[in-house]
Amino acid sequence: MTFWERNQLKLAPFLFLSPAVGLFLLFVIYPIADSIWVSFHEWSGVNRYAVDDEGNLKNFKWVGLDNYIYLFTNDDEFYVSVFNNIKWFFFSLIAIPFGILLALFLNQQILGIRWVKSFFYFPFVINAVVIGIVFTWFYNPKYGSLTYLLGFFGMEPFPILSDENYATYGIIVASLFPGIAYTMIIYITGLTAVSKDMIEAGRIDGASGFTMFWNIILPQLRPATLIAVVVTIVGALRSFDLIAVMTGGGPWGSTNVLAYKMYEDSLFNFRMGYGASTAVILFILMDIYIAWFLYRLFKRESTEK
Amino acid sequence: MFPTPIQKYSIPVNILYRVALIVTLFIWLMPLIAVMLTSIRTYDDILAGNYWGWPKDIAAIENYAAIFEDGRMARYFLNSMIITLPTVFGTLLLSSMAGFSLAMHRFKLNILLFCMFIAGNFVPFQILMIPVRGLTVDLGIYNTYYGLIIFHIAFQTGFCTFFLRNFIKELPFELIEAARADGATEWMIYRKIILPLIVPALAALGVLEFTFIWNDYFWALILSQGDGVKPVTVGLDNMRGQWVANYNLISAGSVIAALPPVIMFFLMQRHFINGLTFGAVKG
Repeated sequence: MTFWERNQLKLAPFLFLSPAVGLFLLFVIYPIADSIWVSFHEWSGVNRYAVDDEGNLKNFKWVGLDNYIYLFTNDDEFYVSVFNNIKWFFFSLIAIPFGILLALFLNQQILGIRWVKSFFYFPFVINAVVIGIVFTWFYNPKYGSLTYLLGFFGMEPFPILSDENYATYGIIVASLFPGIAYTMIIYITGLTAVSKDMIEAGRIDGASGFTMFWNIILPQLRPATLIAVVVTIVGALRSFDLIAVMTGGGPWGSTNVLAYKMYEDSLFNFRMGYGASTAVILFILMDIYIAWFLYRLFKRESTEK
Repeated sequence: MFPTPIQKYSIPVNILYRVALIVTLFIWLMPLIAVMLTSIRTYDDILAGNYWGWPKDIAAIENYAAIFEDGRMARYFLNSMIITLPTVFGTLLLSSMAGFSLAMHRFKLNILLFCMFIAGNFVPFQILMIPVRGLTVDLGIYNTYYGLIIFHIAFQTGFCTFFLRNFIKELPFELIEAARADGATEWMIYRKIILPLIVPALAALGVLEFTFIWNDYFWALILSQGDGVKPVTVGLDNMRGQWVANYNLISAGSVIAALPPVIMFFLMQRHFINGLTFGAVKG
């Protein structure tokens, strides 16, 4: 037996995994650690490793917690961004009831329903730039269709995206278009797995309509709901594309979220350390949410057993 | 079945349902229909304020020819292809190997590595932004196709490995044991047994990844500069500034930018849905 034959089973995992793990460590895990490190420094983004005569880093200066302190005590835009992230968090969840409703509406077997369903899905595959462009027109006070719509109800048109109070909601609504398509896909598949026996049993017990849905269908859709909630929330906290395309954070920073603010601070204001500290806060918020969600999930599952 | 099958209701209800279906679909797709109509309008039509009606003259050929005229849109489109296709291939290759190993080999770090790949899906892009940009500059791949391709492969491998590991775990382990007893090497097992069995999963992930990468906007913004490697998402956003009020051209550009994933979706719909709803049933 050669060395290879004898040790194949021990060496194989290493060989099979090293390309994937290597790339993942280099481009995902290491950058997280490095971002945290950068967040304790002041750095404009140029020549990180340049040293002065005494051998100290010239452009990359340790400032301890200064970036974080400034963020929390001196930067109003930070609070605007956090508040907008919270809005995104809650309002993007609207996609879930709408997704369920549409899924129930479409869950019939008639001629051509497959095509109808796929047309309902397809906003999901369209990129955010196109969605952003379309909704920017939709909101345009001069000729957007929203103007016609408001006019129909006798209301004055107003420029949603240039109004500090409404712009964020305007963008969230745009994000619901692909968002609802996604949750609907999840629920349509979820509905196919609902137990027929339980529906029959429910019908015999006289359940129908909403009682049936609430007590028998919805509990069985839990795996679907789980995925829909996680993906929707992660997407909401990541929201960047639509903001960049539709408002660029404006008017006056009112549609900023942490993800966009961080991008602007680092690449346009050349404050890499400061941007990194914002990214770290976003990262922590996301982790807290995920941890809380998993904790609740496990707790619920263990009480059910 | 829930709700009650429509066939059990009276004929008027059935007709009403079908009408409601078409009306809802029309409202749902209105934004996209508007873009398609605008993409074949003449500029005069737009100047005259005909934004939502049927176009007076059809200028489909003129508009679509115009956006390809100066060559930039074609460049962006080609860039998107050059970035997307190798990324999908590379991601599937690396993650099928990693997924096979995590599912079928027992070793100490197995669970830890698996958790690492799962956790990677929840990372906000922004915490990677500064170091990844720095890395690509240091490696000399900033503003090249390689930079975008390699980063996308690295990041997408997380999700795909997680998906494929679970898929392969469901396959009967006896198959592997029998092959090992016959003296097959691990590479042969991967190549001859595992790969053919996971074709449906690879197809599902393939279409999903194609859509994700094609639609990427953030990383294209971070890792590219100038027109050379910029994909169609960022390109379209830039052209929007240049075309200003030529909404017909912007619309035509939008249709072009959205088209490949849409075609992919309609061609491989079943695989697409399978990939997307993985776990939505069993949990």
